[in-house]
Amino acid sequence: MESATNGDAIGILEQLSYQNLLCPIGRLYMILMAKSDLKLVGRWSSPFVMRVKIALNIKSLDYENFHETLNPKSDLLLQSNPVYKKIPVLIHGDKPICESLIIVEYIDEVWSSAPSILPSDPYDRSIARFWAAYIDDKWFPTLKSIFLADEEESKKQYIKQLEEVVVRMEDAFLNISKGKDFFGGNRIGYLDIAFGCFLGWMRMIEKLIGLKLIGEAKCPALAKWAERFAADAAVEGLIPESDKLIELYNPLKLKSKALAK
Amino acid sequence: MAKGEVKLLDFWASPFCMRVKIALAEKGVEHEDSQEDLFGGKSELLLKTNPIHQKVPVLFHNGKAVLESTIIVGYIDEVWPSNPLLPTCPHARAQARFWADIIDKKVFEGGAKIWQSTGEAVEVGKKDFIEILKQLEGALGEKDYFGGDSFGFVDIIAIPFSSWFLAYEIFGGFKVEDHCPKISAWIKRCLQRESVAKVLPDPERVYEFVTTFRKMQGIE
Repeated sequence: MESATNGDAIGILEQLSYQNLLCPIGRLYMILMAKSDLKLVGRWSSPFVMRVKIALNIKSLDYENFHETLNPKSDLLLQSNPVYKKIPVLIHGDKPICESLIIVEYIDEVWSSAPSILPSDPYDRSIARFWAAYIDDKWFPTLKSIFLADEEESKKQYIKQLEEVVVRMEDAFLNISKGKDFFGGNRIGYLDIAFGCFLGWMRMIEKLIGLKLIGEAKCPALAKWAERFAADAAVEGLIPESDKLIELYNPLKLKSKALAK
Repeated sequence: MAKGEVKLLDFWASPFCMRVKIALAEKGVEHEDSQEDLFGGKSELLLKTNPIHQKVPVLFHNGKAVLESTIIVGYIDEVWPSNPLLPTCPHARAQARFWADIIDKKVFEGGAKIWQSTGEAVEVGKKDFIEILKQLEGALGEKDYFGGDSFGFVDIIAIPFSSWFLAYEIFGGFKVEDHCPKISAWIKRCLQRESVAKVLPDPERVYEFVTTFRKMQGIE
């Protein structure tokens, strides 16, 4: 056990808690210590950071917000994520965890007794992970391309590509939710977080192009899901406003075609 | 839990399929292997069960399809918990997933830039690939395996690419051992494991395959 070998008390408690071997007093101590020991390096505008915030909210965890300026990148970011130098980074005690979906799984594993984020069944987990990877591979890059495209023709191409992705996601939602409110069932879960974090960006782009990307006409189930997701307590206050995003990203778009996370 | 039948849609040269076969072997799980003819035409079953990516591997278990090699290895680890592939500690698990993700994003594509290119582009591809391997060497450090003392998740995700290294070395004009001796040593160590030795194809055979593929693509 890595943490135990280092004589790290929190690490030992983590291990015992993870293995459900901790007594109630130990669990309470864990929760109290852990709450004061979390730092999130991020920005309000990043959908990837939002994923982590939602997960922390689901588990009712307090954390310190470190607002990353990105330009230049802070020493904290460069030290805690030397490989990618990207947000979000969750620092738990002195241990950094990088990559938003990996952080979400980490949170779910460490604080395993609070509402679960990932499904419990291995097959359902594999489905959730598959679609989360699809979202990262297809949804966000295409969304970004619509925003960055200067010519009408390329914008139209990307919008068409995104519409194909939306059709697949509508289908996925119907199959996975099985009539319930969220991908995760009665409560928001891993896939809701993975997808819903982009609602702010999506609304901004809808405003700019004058077209609904997730609308009643083409994807009625997803449209209703989006409303429910946005209204969820764990998401409250986290979806950035379109005008603020436009104000932030338009100058950046003009300066350079590469958007930082 | 009923373990049920296990079937794999496979392609012998695919490092992604090798990951799944190694994981199943590590767990002592027998499976039915179905070779896809990726050049002759993908099977109906593949196109039906993986319509989005249309790629191997696809693992069938109890009639359900599991897609994407890294996800499949995670699934195998969860369904057959003996001889765990991922560590128990959540932070170590997060580290393992992080490196598996980097390997997924960088290694195969990096290698492809060597054998899919000609002229100056090959040199660039080679330099970039060696950088990627050096990064992995840093993650390995002085450990026997990526996870520490035991062969595990990250090793399974990475080791199949080693069967393609001879092809990269010949097309790129370099030797992995000269630049990343620790990675070379790790490869030799992994090849001593029965699961790896049984699954990985002869690198000469992979080199011939890549040569044929290049000709088909009209490269050089």
